[in-house]
Amino acid sequence: MYVYDEFDRTFLQERVREFRDQVERRLSGELNEEEFKPLRLMNGVYLQLHAYMLRIAIPYGTLSAPQMRVLAHVARRYDKGYGHFTTRQNIQFNWIKLAELPDAMDDLAKAGMHGLQTSGNCIRNTTTDQWAGATPEEIEDPRLYAELIRQWSTLHPEFTYLPRKFKIAITAAKHDRAAIRVHDIGLRLHKKDGETGFEVIVGGGLGRTPFIGKTIREFLPKRDLLSYLEAILRTYNSGGRRDNIYKARIKIQVHEIGTEEFTRRVEEEWVQIKDGALALDDAAIDTIRDHFQTPDFEILPEQSPELAESLAKDREFARWHANSVNAHKVAGHAIVTISLKPVGKPPGDATAEQMDAIADLSERYGYGEIRVAHEQNLTLPHVRQKDLYALWQQLSAQGLATPNVGLVTDIIACPGLDYCALANTRSIPLAQRITERFADNDRIADVGRMHINISGCINACGHHHVGHIGILGVEKKDQEFYQITLGGKANHKARLGELLGPAVSESEVVDVVERIVDTYLHLRHDKSESFISVVQRLGIEPFKERAYVAG
Amino acid sequence: MSLVKNGVATLDPFVRIEDGAPLPSGPVLLPLARFLAERETLAGRNEPVGVLVPNDADVRILEPHLRQIALIVLTFPKFRDGRAYTQARLLRERLGFTGELRAAGNVLRDQLLMMVRCGFNAFEISKPGDAGALEDALKTYSVFYQPTADGRPTALRARLAAARQG
Repeated sequence: MYVYDEFDRTFLQERVREFRDQVERRLSGELNEEEFKPLRLMNGVYLQLHAYMLRIAIPYGTLSAPQMRVLAHVARRYDKGYGHFTTRQNIQFNWIKLAELPDAMDDLAKAGMHGLQTSGNCIRNTTTDQWAGATPEEIEDPRLYAELIRQWSTLHPEFTYLPRKFKIAITAAKHDRAAIRVHDIGLRLHKKDGETGFEVIVGGGLGRTPFIGKTIREFLPKRDLLSYLEAILRTYNSGGRRDNIYKARIKIQVHEIGTEEFTRRVEEEWVQIKDGALALDDAAIDTIRDHFQTPDFEILPEQSPELAESLAKDREFARWHANSVNAHKVAGHAIVTISLKPVGKPPGDATAEQMDAIADLSERYGYGEIRVAHEQNLTLPHVRQKDLYALWQQLSAQGLATPNVGLVTDIIACPGLDYCALANTRSIPLAQRITERFADNDRIADVGRMHINISGCINACGHHHVGHIGILGVEKKDQEFYQITLGGKANHKARLGELLGPAVSESEVVDVVERIVDTYLHLRHDKSESFISVVQRLGIEPFKERAYVAG
Repeated sequence: MSLVKNGVATLDPFVRIEDGAPLPSGPVLLPLARFLAERETLAGRNEPVGVLVPNDADVRILEPHLRQIALIVLTFPKFRDGRAYTQARLLRERLGFTGELRAAGNVLRDQLLMMVRCGFNAFEISKPGDAGALEDALKTYSVFYQPTADGRPTALRARLAAARQG
């Protein structure tokens, strides 16, 4: 992973000092709350329903074991002993005291961590494939470019007060795990005539007005990455709407002036700056590459005999292996997903003890590297196959081996009304009830790939538009109701879900989800036809007919 | 409000002129539309002219007239409205404006360094307590990641230089 050097460390210390001064000015009354708000937001500090929430950036989802231990420490020392991993590959602590914030940030900074640009109308933490640098699918490690973007976007003097927040995602694999088509900018590394460059996608997003992003450039050479991003941001900063917070994202600008006109403006600006100081020569790219430490992979046989033996003798292990382990680009290694979706628990939460355990396990079996996935799970990207059995046993002991990755109980949910001041309905208790209804591991394995996404309001933080089953909380006469959509997808074939019918009450919603699942089982040709394939083949009508009818 | 120019508190020699008001002698600051309408007459005046540019204007329309302009004032109606940062960089980096570039409106100490990085060299400070803060604000950071017109070296280039020496 990227190792901070003297420049990055100095910058971070300066940032913490600046924020400590801002907090002191707020506490002394020199700054009022309105003036303090954008400053604290720029450092990841939100005021939620019950307390201040601190959101910590995990650049492109990559953590070292020592960093994970610092997160465990923050959970213990400043919070209630747990943290919440988010869909943006970050972590949130929900119970922090304002006066203790600078100390928490000091502790984080010592491990090279911060809350910088995890909120506010600036360029947010760049996200990527949690399998980056490990999957055989990718043409190059996208984290190198994510790091270049991180540096370029850190306290960008021109783009810190944008019309609205701005999110960039990047992938280099055929299968898009970074949901690049629903970001303000999506970047896809691909090859053209032997050269690697980017497809540039702009104006995707969820929220109140969901859009799939538009490709404004099929191929952008690597050297031009930062100048092109600067041209897009400049076009947005000067021309994006600021009259209405709900129409201020770049997706609305692209939609209102049209993709063609937007592209023309970007290209016109870019021509002026492409050969300037932002052009990336090979030396510049290599400097960043040199800061990445690649694990010294052990030389192992393609297939591990120890693994084959364990798979044959332990059925529970084999079930977890089939569900949570994926192919690695290096022989004898594997990618392991750690489910943070145990039955009956809030999706994405981890206790301080679990964080410490994962840090230890990553060092013992996985070269000390950990990733956060946007599905709110964790990943050990580099595990020796021969260690998988021991790893599984120790994960099981910590409640971290639920074999439900990518299945119906691997639910993405926003914090909802339990924490969030914007929410209309609760999301976490609903997710918990669905996991309880589908607690049988044989049954969920039979149902197969199924993504449920829950948002507690139309701001769509649970990405319900792109859930195979999307659930949106709405309030009707002080009661919690839920609207259901089917057929959404966040991957390289991204599409938005279609509304099933009238919203259902909080007491009915789990039954409706179960009837949708049963309808799918009834309609599929066989197990190889996934839920999403059936929805695409037959549309939502057959689901509509049965979902609302009890019995 | 107090004016800080090139790091020094100073009195503003420019008089703000409303639309239609007669021009006094001495340096004047005119709204953009009036400047454009009267620029030929103004060219005959032997006094410094400043232009007050709203933050939704395309500053490139000033390109042919920059030699006649001593001061450009860009505005921050709210400090959260960051359009003038782009205007400033375009004026300095694209159009080569070398006169006084002043930030007006909701100008607070926490934004001063960013403004300097985008090319501002004068500030109408909104809060009395912030007037002396410029020097401190400029010292807040020593590491910068973006190349801009202020010429501060970026971390990336500094790394390259260090690597060459090493």
